[in-house]
Amino acid sequence: METLAGFVPLLGRGLATTLGLAILSLALATLLGAWGARAKVRAATGRIRAQFAGGLATLYTSLVRGVPDLVMILLIYFGGQRIINWLASLGGAEGADISKFGAGVFAIGFIYGAYLTETFRGAWGAIPRGQGEAAAALGLRGFTGFRLVMLPQFVRLALSGYGNVWQVLVKSTAVVSVIGLEDLVGIAVDVGKSQREPFVYIMVVLVVYFGITVVSEWLFARVERRANLGYQR
Amino acid sequence: MRFDLVLANWDRFASGLLVTLELTALAVAIGFLIAVPAGLAIAEGGRGAGLLRAWSRFFRGTPLLVQTYLFYYGLAQFEFIRESPLWIVLREPWWVALIAFSLNSGAYATEIIRGAVAAIPKGQIEAARALGLTRFQTWRLVTIPVALRSALPQYGNEAVFMLHGSVVAGIITIQDLYGTANWFRAKYYSPYEGLLTAAVLYMAVTGLIVLAVRQLERRFLAYRRVSR
Repeated sequence: METLAGFVPLLGRGLATTLGLAILSLALATLLGAWGARAKVRAATGRIRAQFAGGLATLYTSLVRGVPDLVMILLIYFGGQRIINWLASLGGAEGADISKFGAGVFAIGFIYGAYLTETFRGAWGAIPRGQGEAAAALGLRGFTGFRLVMLPQFVRLALSGYGNVWQVLVKSTAVVSVIGLEDLVGIAVDVGKSQREPFVYIMVVLVVYFGITVVSEWLFARVERRANLGYQR
Repeated sequence: MRFDLVLANWDRFASGLLVTLELTALAVAIGFLIAVPAGLAIAEGGRGAGLLRAWSRFFRGTPLLVQTYLFYYGLAQFEFIRESPLWIVLREPWWVALIAFSLNSGAYATEIIRGAVAAIPKGQIEAARALGLTRFQTWRLVTIPVALRSALPQYGNEAVFMLHGSVVAGIITIQDLYGTANWFRAKYYSPYEGLLTAAVLYMAVTGLIVLAVRQLERRFLAYRRVSR
């Protein structure tokens, strides 16, 4: 127990890795979710290209959501390595080692992009149809109408689902320690074993993750309250 | 890609799949047995509700992998545990996984049941009381059947969540489906075939769970279907 204080800087570095992994993954997942939701919504317009993109998005969400996160992480970690080696050999260059952090960001972003696709699509569908029509009637066309009329309502409707996905995503980062990433979990388990106090160090990890959960809950509740200001009775 | 090597080891993948199904089914079942009384107790503010709420919240707010590590690596730190008769169970990875998974699944399920009980219109409970049902009869005949029905869709999600979470068993050396894929990777120095096989099997089981829940919903939520 006394030695725990000495390992705080090391554990702090692990926490920074975990948080960086989670935040970058969320950014990637948001981009993929926006793409997926747009593709699925536009598939209804009936154009061949839109239908193709919609089919691709449906394939993406149904495949990804059927597979455990760890299996996906390993497939991307090893598969990504092979693709990099192959690309390098095409260019006649030496293959670089894929970083564990990068593989983690890519894998977790890829997985939760599928969940966000559904969240975003649901939120978009929940905006009353008349809103888009009213915007068009006012002459707010294309991106202007999207930015001024649709986006604020979309954010309000998507926030609660977005917060839920974030909470699950954060917990998912623990699994990246399995490929040897020195995140909070990896470091704490190693130190705990070497100090013969695994219980103490793993308990610290649990408490830190719980702290992240509680703080995120609080933040999202605040943002949601703000987004819902116009709707409170 | 050498999928013939997977076929040559089909029995290992089959037994891995069985271990995964067994652990998932047992964890969800035990979690359910914990969750019904726990969810009811929290929703009705009974004795111990605070403690149950804290357990459910903590297990939902932390990763399953780390919870399992706490039981698997953590408990061995204490000599009194290593010397207690409990150690016969706690030193076996399979039991450790089952205990951690059940507590985790139970925590999520408790929240699902709690929400379902809280969502029952007050009038239904009052009507049951007005008919002269005792507290226990109200639970058995009204609260629990109504809550379980409305919890069904979310419970299906929880089962899929547990199936995917059960890869943690493979991390602590159990030869479940993921453990088998990992064994294959180490044996043949080839990561893809085993992992892809596991991915397809996980996807198939996920699909079966979704279909089964849909059947159950048709049966038990039939009253919700709009008659036209």
